[in-house]
Amino acid sequence: MTQRVVVLAGGLSHERDVSLRSGRRVAEAMTAVGVEATVRDLDSGLMPWLRRERPDCVVPLLHGEVGEDGALREILELAGTPYVGSTPAAARLAFDKPIAKQVVSKAGIRTPASVTLPADTFREVGAAAVMSALVERLGLPLFVKPAQGGSALGCTAVHAADALPAAMVSCFAYGPVALVEQMVAGVELSVPVVGSTDSAEALPAVEIRPDGGVYDYTARYTAGATEFVVPADVSELVALKCAQVALTSHQALGLRDLSRTDLIVDADDEVWFLEVNVAPGMTETSLVPLSVEAAGLDLGELMAGLAAEASSRGPRA
Amino acid sequence: MDDPTSPERAHPTVRTTRQTRLDTYVDRYATRTQRMKASEIRALFAVASRPEVVSLAGGMPNISGLPLDAVAETLAELVMDHGTRAMQYSSGQGDPGLREQICAVMAPEGVVAHPDDVVVTVGSQQGLDLVTRVFCDPGDVVLCEAPSYVGALGVFSAYECEVVHVAMDDQGLQPEALRRTIAAVRAAGKRVKFLYTIPNFHNPAGVTLAAERRTQVLDVCTSADVLVVEDNPYGLLGFDTDPIRALRADDAERVVYLGSFSKTFAPGFRVGWVVAPHAVREKLVLAQESATLCPPTFSQLAISAYLTHHDWQGQIKHFTTMYRERRDAMLTALDEHFPATASWTRPAGGFYVWVRLPPGLDASAMLPRAVTARVAYVPGTAFYADGTGTTAMRLSYCYPSPERIREGVRRLAGVMATDLQLREMFGATDAGVPSRGYSSPHTDLT
Repeated sequence: MTQRVVVLAGGLSHERDVSLRSGRRVAEAMTAVGVEATVRDLDSGLMPWLRRERPDCVVPLLHGEVGEDGALREILELAGTPYVGSTPAAARLAFDKPIAKQVVSKAGIRTPASVTLPADTFREVGAAAVMSALVERLGLPLFVKPAQGGSALGCTAVHAADALPAAMVSCFAYGPVALVEQMVAGVELSVPVVGSTDSAEALPAVEIRPDGGVYDYTARYTAGATEFVVPADVSELVALKCAQVALTSHQALGLRDLSRTDLIVDADDEVWFLEVNVAPGMTETSLVPLSVEAAGLDLGELMAGLAAEASSRGPRA
Repeated sequence: MDDPTSPERAHPTVRTTRQTRLDTYVDRYATRTQRMKASEIRALFAVASRPEVVSLAGGMPNISGLPLDAVAETLAELVMDHGTRAMQYSSGQGDPGLREQICAVMAPEGVVAHPDDVVVTVGSQQGLDLVTRVFCDPGDVVLCEAPSYVGALGVFSAYECEVVHVAMDDQGLQPEALRRTIAAVRAAGKRVKFLYTIPNFHNPAGVTLAAERRTQVLDVCTSADVLVVEDNPYGLLGFDTDPIRALRADDAERVVYLGSFSKTFAPGFRVGWVVAPHAVREKLVLAQESATLCPPTFSQLAISAYLTHHDWQGQIKHFTTMYRERRDAMLTALDEHFPATASWTRPAGGFYVWVRLPPGLDASAMLPRAVTARVAYVPGTAFYADGTGTTAMRLSYCYPSPERIREGVRRLAGVMATDLQLREMFGATDAGVPSRGYSSPHTDLT
């Protein structure tokens, strides 16, 4: 019998546009392999609609909050709808970058030194003193990013202390908590992991070479503005280390079905964990579809397989 | 504990390394496409279309008051009685009957034109495109008000023109600044092709060129021998005045006039027009034929039938009454909620209020916070070709209901207060988000 799958995309986050593009791409790929896949936005009619339509499975591709912070997955469980991807609890851990860093760090993975602070703390303690302590502790250059969120929105590389205030303001425009991280120089890589927590497999690493040197929003979503090398142009040993870090992160955070871990490989071939995504981008310029293709897999078949697994697993975590 | 980075634990599929740019045409594109890039700002507007968000961003005419039944009847008659003509190719210059009616539409603005002087276009946007195509080589300078219409900046960018902005104030374009700018551009060895101006109910600034300045602007352009492109889509949408005399009415040889039915009737027909001196009109018709063969016949005849059978002037009165109510709602809400350190224009017609933010705020950097608060606007940078405009925003009152406008302004005031607090706290006065240059327009933003 034909699988009936609903790809949830859009929502109200800052990444709505990216999500809509991801949703369309995945629905097309699944349709091409015989799945009855439709795209639906998140709105107040979702729960009654799910109960009425009873799709075999939902693929949540909402990026940013709600889609990735576990809330939508809780809703899907409440609605009794099977879904592809991590449980609410695991998504919550992964979506919060500082917490994810802490979890993977406990699993023995390197992650750049960082400090996490909400805007309120700067207000209460005095921004100038806190910023100067941050620079003293972490040194320069730094990377400032919202503790939650994706697509590099609100992220700024800070090379001089006097650029830090503007970076903080830009970050807090996207969310209430900032992660200020040491910037590790090196090759930027991304490694998708597919499969359940215990039997997950890493797909080939994608190396990212943005034309302007920074993989910001424009570099991410302008076709042709970034060169991708897949599998990454690193030694076999480094490729294996990257795969292992991604797998360990996936497992340590209790993720399932699909994740994408972003890494830096430094000059000494050490691998540093930056963050992990539980609803990675699937647009025409996204990394996971590239890696899937390099692995000799078909995106539609891969997603259809994950959907079939989710359907048989049932709606609960 | 096992070393998690131990290579023995992973077996990724290793294949021949491939370098890719995800766009196999990347080396084939024309150089000018390098200006076309995805932008954070554009992405944030994806949320603005959701009903939860009060969008003060879009410039969509509010056509909910159109008599749809009557329009449907007119269109049905058009198909039944003249269907084979309406669905056929037609003149590249546009339907002669419609051109005659267009002359009558412009008459209250003092424009005396012959139907032969009119070229019908696919919206006045295409009129602007054709005029730029006919006049501008790459590197030519086009003078625009500061700020100027985002869709015009898009056209000038596509033809690789250099846009030089000319200062304006609450009385519109400043003639003295215009004179100085022309001199400065020429002193730099550059060629000024024309002045592009929106004299009435300006998009985005919401101001109208004062009567005495109209003569002065024309005088400056005459003595410097610079053409004027007068874009007048909102001319008939004044709230308290009779139609204002067009620049074209006072100089038929120097002024190329752009008109549109998008705001006085409906934008979906995509019908606008250009009135130009005879020689220019010839060139425009040739350019029109190469661009589209002819403007859409069906749309032209539909507009023509609408003008013939309906009280189009009464409909415009209906529109202006509605827009005035919305303008009042916005100005009252701004007076009530915005800080004294902000300032804004008080439009006497059209769709837009231009807000200058309190010192230290950056409209582009603030937009994500506004979207989180479920309100949207267009940052000022969209209306400048030179990366300036960070300290301003455009608010549209044309589409949302007065209640939604009040709510949107209230939310925006909260967003500004939070951002001000944050900036004061961090002592940050410059933008965190890079916002240089022109960002291509969404139809919703025009």
